[in-house]
Amino acid sequence: MIEHSLQAMARSLADREISSVELTQLYLDRIVRHNSGLNAFITVDPAASLAQARAADERLARGEGGPLTGIPIAHKDIFCAKDWLTTCGSKMLSNFVSPYDAAVISRFGEAGAVMLGKTNMDEFAMGSSNETSFYGPVRNPWDGSCVPGGSSGGSAAAVAARLAPAATGTDTGGSIRQPAALCNLSGLKPTYGVVSRYGMIAFASSLDQAGPLGRSAADCAILLNVMAGFDDRDSTSLDRQREDYCRELAAPAGNKPLAGLTIGLPEEFFGEGCSAEVTRLVEAAIAEYRKLGAETVAIRLPSMGLAVAAYYVIAPAEASSNLARFDGVRYGHRAADYRDLTDMYCKSRAQGFGAEVKRRILIGTYVLSHGYYDAYYLQAQRVRRLIARDFAEAFRQCDVILGPTSPSTAFKLGEKAADPVQMYLSDIYTIAVNLAGLPAISIPCGFASGLPAGLQLIGNYFSEARLLHAAHRYQQENPWHLQHPDGFA
Amino acid sequence: MSLTLEQVRRVAHLARIEISEVEAQHTLDRLNDIFVLIEAMQAVDTKGIEPMAHAQDVAQRLRADRVTESEPFAQRTAFQAIAPETEAGLYLVPKVIE
Repeated sequence: MIEHSLQAMARSLADREISSVELTQLYLDRIVRHNSGLNAFITVDPAASLAQARAADERLARGEGGPLTGIPIAHKDIFCAKDWLTTCGSKMLSNFVSPYDAAVISRFGEAGAVMLGKTNMDEFAMGSSNETSFYGPVRNPWDGSCVPGGSSGGSAAAVAARLAPAATGTDTGGSIRQPAALCNLSGLKPTYGVVSRYGMIAFASSLDQAGPLGRSAADCAILLNVMAGFDDRDSTSLDRQREDYCRELAAPAGNKPLAGLTIGLPEEFFGEGCSAEVTRLVEAAIAEYRKLGAETVAIRLPSMGLAVAAYYVIAPAEASSNLARFDGVRYGHRAADYRDLTDMYCKSRAQGFGAEVKRRILIGTYVLSHGYYDAYYLQAQRVRRLIARDFAEAFRQCDVILGPTSPSTAFKLGEKAADPVQMYLSDIYTIAVNLAGLPAISIPCGFASGLPAGLQLIGNYFSEARLLHAAHRYQQENPWHLQHPDGFA
Repeated sequence: MSLTLEQVRRVAHLARIEISEVEAQHTLDRLNDIFVLIEAMQAVDTKGIEPMAHAQDVAQRLRADRVTESEPFAQRTAFQAIAPETEAGLYLVPKVIE
């Protein structure tokens, strides 16, 4: 059952081969057995999950089930969920039981999905290894001495070890795609504005976007169908015609299912900076795409080298503003002893935030402060425009852009933890996509020394269905995604 | 450029984060590493380029200024149940005005 696709799982539930209570209990048992070694979940509440499963079973018995009714889903602990501890990986929110549901949580609830638990993550989604979490690092199921990636590291580890059939994540600079690559999963960052940010704890509001982490592109399409949609409670939610992201996946695969698709290969993604083994695997995948009928064309993204620099001005600037709300007054951590109001703020925030979050707040405060705003913040926004223009120019020549997701396979726990700059550079291929607001998916493309590598497909605005189709056709012929780590029976 | 210890202390105060001398020195070193990365941007000529504040060039939606919650008092109770200190529907903080 645990290797069933979401579609097959839904069929088993609809045919009453298994009940949602049984399926949920199966995963809860797996979490008990394996989570202590992985640390993928921060909160599990079996009673709450099983109550949802019973409701789903009633709905299924009435014949009113949908594609996710009764299926357990793990949620990144960045999504507020009513009556659930919602920590965002931080001591600051270690006592925060949310009084309301995020839009993403509501939408899964309406679909009849079961909430399986809240997954570990880098504190306030600031990190690429899950090592900044107040709740401790997550281990990569493929090699326990390695990181799972971040910031959605708990979600990725949970799905990779089959402790959940699928999970949600958020992606501000690569936080869905990079852990997907490092854990042999498929992870999609939608176009900015497609999924509501309501109730999703904000890091950098102009970049944050929620998306699915699944075992296949087909599973991601089913999840996105539930997650996407207009929400008037998020002022940046886009009011668009609903679309079915699965629509292109069911068609029978011909001999050349991707005939007519032009794939752009940016030379900036294939130079130094990417490990030889990842480059080799991505190049092998390009050959497979040609066999599927796609054409390839060399393209340039000249401003790509500036993306990390611009991002580490814009994201911290927005974070310093967003995280000002954590002041020990209305919710979250308040220091026990203080002299006056200012001292209460200063001590509550010093105690509640970890080192990386403090660093980013300080960078953000600095680049927005008097005398530095133009040189840093406005310059970064101008560079952001150049990066978006590069993509717009590239999409005149190609339909999708292909390259590595991450410059290396999973690195060792502790390897980059003391050096923020090295850590930041692990998102070198993912960050530009967030700056431009484009959709992108990471899918498995093979193994190097037993560790998975991912390739990234980037599309133009609102091309999620096309990306999912291009990913799905590759997965039908190159089933790397079906491999799973040993030791999680 | 590089930051000074005094700038780190000042920014920490602006951000309302208490910082010890040891932490300030350590933070200074890390921030200077990060600013080396950021400085790469300064070499680019961006004259005439419109700053891009958001991922989509669309006007932000506005809504009417009216109460939309159906049970505002029940909601206040739920929200204040998780506050460090409240009284009579108000959030309590240390005395600000003598």
